[in-house]
Amino acid sequence: MTDKPKVGVYICHCGINIASTVDVEAVEEYALKLPNVKVARTYSYMCSDPGQALIKEDIKEQGLNRIVVASCSPRMHEPTFRKTIEGAGINPYFLEMANIREQCSWVHEDPKEATAKAKKLVAASVAKVRLLEALESKEVDAEPATLIIGAGIAGIQAALDIADAGFKVYLVEKTPSVGGRMAQLDKTFPTLDCSACILTPKMVDCASHPNIELLSYSEVDEIGGYIGNFDVKVRKKARYVDFDKCTGCGDCAKECRVADRFPNEFDMGMGKRSAVYLPFPQAVPAKYTIDPESCLYLTKGKCGKGPKCQEVCGVGAIDFEQEDEIVEFKVGAVIVATGFDPFDPSRKPEYGYDNYPNVITGMEMERLVSASGPTGGKVMISNGEEEIEPKEVAFIKCVGSRDASVGNEYCSRVCCMYTAKQAHLIREKLPDANIRIYYMDVRAFGKGYEEFYDRVRRENVRYIRGNPSEIFKKGNKLVVKVEDTLTATPLEDEVDMVVLGVGLEPRAEMREIMDLLRLSQSTDRFFLEAHPKLGPVDTATDGVFIAGCCQGPKDIPDTVAQAKGAAASAMIPMARGKVMISAQVAEVNEATCRGCSFCVEICPYSAIEMVTVNRFGHELEVARVNEALCKGCGSCSAACLSDSIQPKSFRDSQILPQIAALGAMR
Amino acid sequence: MSDKQAVKNKEPNIVAFLCNWCSYAGADLAGTSRVQYPANLQVIRVMCSGRVNPLYVMNALQQGADGVLVSGCHPGDCHYMEGNYYARRRLGMLKDLMEFVGVDPRRFHMSWVSASEGHKWKEVVEKTVEDAKEAGPFEGFRRRQIDW
Repeated sequence: MTDKPKVGVYICHCGINIASTVDVEAVEEYALKLPNVKVARTYSYMCSDPGQALIKEDIKEQGLNRIVVASCSPRMHEPTFRKTIEGAGINPYFLEMANIREQCSWVHEDPKEATAKAKKLVAASVAKVRLLEALESKEVDAEPATLIIGAGIAGIQAALDIADAGFKVYLVEKTPSVGGRMAQLDKTFPTLDCSACILTPKMVDCASHPNIELLSYSEVDEIGGYIGNFDVKVRKKARYVDFDKCTGCGDCAKECRVADRFPNEFDMGMGKRSAVYLPFPQAVPAKYTIDPESCLYLTKGKCGKGPKCQEVCGVGAIDFEQEDEIVEFKVGAVIVATGFDPFDPSRKPEYGYDNYPNVITGMEMERLVSASGPTGGKVMISNGEEEIEPKEVAFIKCVGSRDASVGNEYCSRVCCMYTAKQAHLIREKLPDANIRIYYMDVRAFGKGYEEFYDRVRRENVRYIRGNPSEIFKKGNKLVVKVEDTLTATPLEDEVDMVVLGVGLEPRAEMREIMDLLRLSQSTDRFFLEAHPKLGPVDTATDGVFIAGCCQGPKDIPDTVAQAKGAAASAMIPMARGKVMISAQVAEVNEATCRGCSFCVEICPYSAIEMVTVNRFGHELEVARVNEALCKGCGSCSAACLSDSIQPKSFRDSQILPQIAALGAMR
Repeated sequence: MSDKQAVKNKEPNIVAFLCNWCSYAGADLAGTSRVQYPANLQVIRVMCSGRVNPLYVMNALQQGADGVLVSGCHPGDCHYMEGNYYARRRLGMLKDLMEFVGVDPRRFHMSWVSASEGHKWKEVVEKTVEDAKEAGPFEGFRRRQIDW
């Protein structure tokens, strides 16, 4: 566009959000005096239909060709206003936003100061907008496939939805079986559905679905590329069992020389497994795996006269020569559903989890009451001397949640309900037991939760308001020391068993996923979503979505809802078949490029290459940008010795006038 | 208050360069959380702290700023993988150079503020403003006194 810039400045009141602190009329008056500004207006809600219509009308009638909107953060409404001005026929990149809400009216109380700052921000935006260039967004093909990391209920649900819609899914699970935490649960609140009964059909579906490629016992090694075109490398860890030959008969596990010697992770270490194992009876795929850390042959190189598993396997599936295998594929979107770790109560030593066998966690309780658990569903616990059926059972809530002393200020959202559920299950199995629940607050917020909590209270479960300070042993009993804060009574309750309602924490391996996908953490250390309300499954990386407890503690209904949301979002580029790639990429002025290739070295995306050009008969090397790979960060530009490489919309020639405008207003 | 003191306490004008993904989002969060901080710092949004050419810092001082802040993602968390490492190197060198040519080092700050650190952003602004206030209005590049 060679036309002289004609700038329109639109100042939003945002109801009273801006107008109560910033004198918008004064800003309007000021803007009108700025160079090249033809129109300045204020309006109550610029983002509303009439607000946008105002801008469109002025563009058409006054011939405006550059627009400044002074309102909320560009992170909020930049796409909105780009569309507005595009609709009125001018290039969507002829827009600049002045953030006078999040970074002005909301953070400054003094109207005089806030107004002065708003003026400066508008002046800087006007200075920049005059020098912006027209850009064209490009479209590239999107790969009709999705990578899902983690095959708990979130990953499984997302995989099924996407696969049912007709797109390919690569479902990567780190452990030998899909199912995740939900598979470990006995019953689910508040309906008391058997967890396995509602989950296992889905597990089987996702293993047999023609559109789902299940990569169990696998980990993602590398992810490159961008939305629509991610390149993925997955490491299928060696199972030392031929996947196709194994029939899942289990003879190997029975005959293993170290059979039933190792804590079974699935039973939270309460049951035992062999070195070759199936994590749990309903595991999908139903294929055995040899744990390289416990197998005699793999750790010591020797197992009696020869590995027994190999001897007994009728189909010859045991293969100690097996190696990790790398699988490479392309996807258009990624869903992260890596779940949570239960809080480790060793970090609250006052509860004696490490010292007393009858202090257990909620997850351990799930296995203890489960018919497929280590005790076959019988509530039996060792009090240090003998296995007993507990008569006095205590639950403590908020262990590792709402507790700044362990760094977890958040509420884990499920403990109130799973504790109530477990109390109910104990009541069912031990009708005469005395059940107490020590609590800070009861948060029964979900559908049917309050009703369930009421029901459990009616089942003669005592809720005692107080946070126990200590658990110690007295004879063959445990003493819970607590103050009932409703009656201000100090108590020392003697019990047979304590269940700690442990909270949910981010996975220990969060860092690896963050590094793979450039994700961030929120203050609670879970993955940060793009917007807490309006972008709960999106992340700052386009084409990467989050679902389930990796985003924050949540129950199964919320997890499933979020997984379905993430699946729907991931399908947008796939259904369209195309994705827009940013037009704000770097560009080289080949006439001034001196061919030093500093930018090539610096570019984290290898988006710049050296090419030979012929200049007046001389062969010269200059840099050139691959626009599909460039993400527009501009690191190259700051390193360029001749200012030859510049990111569009963030050129020196566009930023320096902004600096000058702000500096001049001392 | 003496005249000199009055000049020293004059509200400084500060230009800040914030990366789009962490610090700018952190500053937005400070807004959403209604955290209050001094109004004399203005933000220029860039996509990455690695975009900030060291000359921008000098240019801001030349153009009338009394202090400059550059803020990016925490080391290791850069949205563009490495940009903030480049920023840290370049701007670290610049800070030494500025001191060498006689610019009060309190005029230039670097910080790492993530998208969830609205409160940290407030602290960074307060510190930057306070330091620039102590350094007083920037009166251009002065000759350095050397004891021969």
